[in-house]
Amino acid sequence: MPDLTSDAMISARGLRKSFDDKSGATVEAVKGIDIEVRRGEAFGFLGPNGAGKSSTMRMIAAVSPVTAGELRILGMDPAEHGPAIRSRLGVCPQEDTLDNELNVFDNLYIYGRYFGIPKREVRERADELLEFVQLGEKRDAKVESLSGGMKRRLTIARSLINRPEILLLDEPTTGLDPQARHVLWDRLFRLKQQGVTLVITTHYMDEAEQLCDRLVVMDRGVIAAEGSPLELIRAHSTREVAELRFPVGDHDATAEKVSDLGERVEVLPDRLLVYSENGEHVLEQVHARGLTPIATLVRRSTLEDVFLRLTGRTLVD
Amino acid sequence: MAVVSTGATDAVVRDDRRLSPWRGVVRQYDYWWTVYKRTWKSSIITSFASPLLYVLAMGVLLGGFVHSPPSRLEGATSYLAFIVPGLVAAQAMQTAVLETTYPVMGALKWHKSFYAQLASPLEARDLANAMLAFTLFRVASTSAVYLVVMAPFGVFASWWGPVLAFPVTLLTGMAFAVWTFAFSAFIRSEASFGLIFRLGLIPLFLFSGSFFPISNLGPVLEAVAKVTPLWHGVNLTRMLCLDHVDGSLALVNVGVLVAVLVVGWRVATRTLERRLAQ
Repeated sequence: MPDLTSDAMISARGLRKSFDDKSGATVEAVKGIDIEVRRGEAFGFLGPNGAGKSSTMRMIAAVSPVTAGELRILGMDPAEHGPAIRSRLGVCPQEDTLDNELNVFDNLYIYGRYFGIPKREVRERADELLEFVQLGEKRDAKVESLSGGMKRRLTIARSLINRPEILLLDEPTTGLDPQARHVLWDRLFRLKQQGVTLVITTHYMDEAEQLCDRLVVMDRGVIAAEGSPLELIRAHSTREVAELRFPVGDHDATAEKVSDLGERVEVLPDRLLVYSENGEHVLEQVHARGLTPIATLVRRSTLEDVFLRLTGRTLVD
Repeated sequence: MAVVSTGATDAVVRDDRRLSPWRGVVRQYDYWWTVYKRTWKSSIITSFASPLLYVLAMGVLLGGFVHSPPSRLEGATSYLAFIVPGLVAAQAMQTAVLETTYPVMGALKWHKSFYAQLASPLEARDLANAMLAFTLFRVASTSAVYLVVMAPFGVFASWWGPVLAFPVTLLTGMAFAVWTFAFSAFIRSEASFGLIFRLGLIPLFLFSGSFFPISNLGPVLEAVAKVTPLWHGVNLTRMLCLDHVDGSLALVNVGVLVAVLVVGWRVATRTLERRLAQ
């Protein structure tokens, strides 16, 4: 029976997922993670492609069986109560699964019917949601004619047709242009204000910083760190970063000459990152040592730096 | 309670348990009705016109050269009367196979509608059932048109023969539909459909007794033909249409078709469940 005593919308203990790939080898996509998502928060999974985010999301969506460990969604076990859980979830998948041959309105209408919502009610909701995602004027247009951003917004509208308590968004803005991303983020903020719990996977650190109250950094199937964006940056990085670009091939050699200027130095293929509380001060000292970078930049630390610190790799290859 | 925007009523519809198989299919009615509305025109030629062209070409024009006594045509008084029941059963198979090959592949691979549907209270079982129900509807409509159009041409020995043959064509079609559904849910590439069409459909169509009595095949191939589900469908349809029913043989025909259908249905559901869980 549903456990209504817990306030956790989603909780996982030692959650694992493995499957056989095409060659028959066993892939461990998720290697024992613990998470807890609370009511009304925006929770993020940040990590590069292949970190296990999508596998985790599919288990939370109650469509992919759990290999081991315990998972409760809205207090229920997905192995036992899949349909009951799914009737209360909204899912916005990474790839658009809209019906291209139907018009915009029919995509919502037909989807609402899967949830057993009465016809009149679905029609009202569909029109309402089209306004919400700013597609009211496209009501009778074929899905094929929509831009990428519009399709994603329509997918979000579709995922809201059953008035979900949790909305799962898998890479919601991948492939969208900056303007379309901001429109979409704005809609997601509004949903959060209305009390919908958001669970988001992303490999964009700016998206995670913008949207998430709390997030876990995932890498190779495990959780590398957990906290609010600010907590994570404070715990795993410095306040500022000085980025120094030198001629190609000079970065390793130069790194030794500046290694004492910050708490830590990262060598990337195209630049050096010097982590310090005061980036301008680092630049002054670099110049004082007679080094002349081609370009410099001082910025605040971001989740990208946290990820680099925790895994030694960048998020977006 | 999370409520998205305002305006329409705030009524929330929740399922607290698995849907019954019936409700699982009914909830997809609007989807399949929409699919039908956008495809029925293009399906008219394949489902209604081309079967009748077969009757004209093979039954009437080619059949005009066939002068065999009823004893050599399983009791048919003309080649036309012989071939029509065979063609009705064979088109039931073809319609069923067409509706469970590319549509299944499309729902998994191209437009991914199975994955979209799976994010609702529906389960893999419900998705399979609804597509098979739609296939049943397509087979039923083509078989019904076929039988009704042929009735005035005096090819049926009684009025009740084609009436009883109608459900037999449905059984024949669905016995194939469940297996091609399972195959389509298993394979990764549509190139594999060539196997079904070239190694399955065409040989079955040509050699399962639709066009000539299988006793002409010789004892070995005749035994092989009698193992194929299509022969059971063709034989039963023909016995009913010609009013030459062998009771025990009819029971065997029905038994084989039902067994193939029931086992295949289960395999189809399981295969789709496995595929969608990956």
